[in-house]
Amino acid sequence: MRSNVASRSASASHEDDMILRYTLGERLNHWFGALTYAYLLITGLAFWSPYFFWLAALVGGGSTARFWHPWFGLAFSASLFWMFKDWRQDMRVDNSDRAWGRVISNYIRNEDDKLPPTTRFNYGQKLFFWGMCYSVILLLLSGVALWYTEALPWSLRYVRYTAILIHASVAFITIGLFLIHVYMSAILEKGSLASMIHGKVTAAWAWTFHRIWYDDLRGASRSKQ
Amino acid sequence: MSQAVTEIVRISGHAGPAPGAGLNREFHVCKLVDTTTCIGCKACEVACLEWNGYPFTETTFDNTYQTMPETAWNYWNLIKFNEHEREDGSTMLLMRKDQCMHCEDPGCLAACPADGAIVQYANGIVDFQEAHCIGCGYCITGCPFNIPKFSPAAHKVFKCTLCSDRVTQGLEPACIKACPTGCLHFGTKPEMKELAETRAKQLREHSGFADAGVYDPPGVGGTHVIYVLHDAKNPELYGGLPKDPHVPISVRLWKGPLKWIGNLALLGGLVGMAFHYMRYGPKKEQEIPADDGRRP
Ligand code: HEM
Ligand code: SF4
Ligand code: SF4
Repeated sequence: MRSNVASRSASASHEDDMILRYTLGERLNHWFGALTYAYLLITGLAFWSPYFFWLAALVGGGSTARFWHPWFGLAFSASLFWMFKDWRQDMRVDNSDRAWGRVISNYIRNEDDKLPPTTRFNYGQKLFFWGMCYSVILLLLSGVALWYTEALPWSLRYVRYTAILIHASVAFITIGLFLIHVYMSAILEKGSLASMIHGKVTAAWAWTFHRIWYDDLRGASRSKQ
Repeated sequence: MSQAVTEIVRISGHAGPAPGAGLNREFHVCKLVDTTTCIGCKACEVACLEWNGYPFTETTFDNTYQTMPETAWNYWNLIKFNEHEREDGSTMLLMRKDQCMHCEDPGCLAACPADGAIVQYANGIVDFQEAHCIGCGYCITGCPFNIPKFSPAAHKVFKCTLCSDRVTQGLEPACIKACPTGCLHFGTKPEMKELAETRAKQLREHSGFADAGVYDPPGVGGTHVIYVLHDAKNPELYGGLPKDPHVPISVRLWKGPLKWIGNLALLGGLVGMAFHYMRYGPKKEQEIPADDGRRP
């Protein structure tokens, strides 16, 4: 393992050697999704528990939060649909991912050199992506059922009883996924957050964390020459 | 009951105990609706509308004597009609005054997420405080009696207050005041329970209603509105009064175990991540070896 100082200077010397990881469109949509999710999280937690009700005050009070939460839900769903459209291919889980998954403990221990190489996204990122995609379908269906409470007749009250359990449970699953995602990308994996802002990663970053993707890009650029 | 706010229990600088303190031990109020003597005149509906001052709006006429299909955000008191054909071929017109039951264990209150939007007074009245209501409609999910109603204009929910404003002033609810037959009574819970049981016994022994009884459902801890029914075995006949109402099990799960599992998982996750960062630290990129390992 190299020391901090050395690796920093190494990437500095590769400054010209940057690789485009996210297009402008991907980045804008990512942050649109992130902001709408943050709003849903804050307001949702306020409805969830009296101990979080104060969160509603941050976004204009309970009534305002109740009014906008479902609309932001629609916006977030749209954002996720766009991600699905953009990333569906790159997020396909294959056998290399399963091999990676079997030694995920190496990843958790930061022993990345003991992991099989990964494509543009690793298995964890793929699971996060698909987890969010399936969750948002459930959140959307249950959320719409809860939206206009008064529109649902008394004879269909069981829809409400089911929807509230689904909505709260699935919301919590996504909160778990979301926390891990934020931790990994903003805190744990240096370079990750910056790549979602200006779109680029160093070649060393790509080589370290997504070697198959790196090789493909290099191969492609070589064949272009 | 009503005197709870005016009855003095302690007096400063007073020789001896406060006069009358502790005399009135029964604070629980109760409304008794005797469906067997209701004539369906709807005086109570009008009195409720007048006292609470909401506008009357369009209704749906569905070929019955009912004013509208169910109570509304601005119409808290509704006589439900049912033309019931009995086994002997005769017809009975069953009439039940529908309104909030003021449950001892209110599902609306258990479900509500807004601080102070629903309160239960010591006298048993369950009251909505619209100023704090955020209009989420969770109370509608929590109520086993289909009572809270959403106002699309106000984005808030409304229901019968058991005239808490009148009761604190020592008055009976407006509906009771208006009833011409005396089928509505108001008093303490034990008094009303006794009156109801006496009436049910009379119906059983003298009027040929063998199944007459009192509706005070234990599933919601008893209610502060009770009914005398000719046929207590089939409360559904009376405009869909549930036989054994409970706060929905899903509401109990949601507000109970799910809440704790969710909160613990949230806390555990945050602690786990902090631990992971302290134990393993950040992931850093490595330098690419000169030969890149695999490609020529
Ligand atoms: C996808 C579209 C969505 C729609 C239409 C939607 C709609 C709703 C509605 C109508 C409610 C209940 C009433 C209220 O607003 O107070 C609700 C509650 C809630 N929502 Fe959403 N929502 C959506 C997405 C999300 C997402 C992505 C999250 C993730 C954080 C979330 C978290 C919550 C939570 C935690 C609650 C409170 C549940 C409880 O009270 O226990 N929602 N949502
Ligand atoms: S609609 Fe109002 S009273 Fe009903 S649960 Fe929501 S905040 Fe509480
Ligand atoms: S009848 Fe419904 S609204 Fe009235 S106290 Fe019971 S649960 Fe609440």
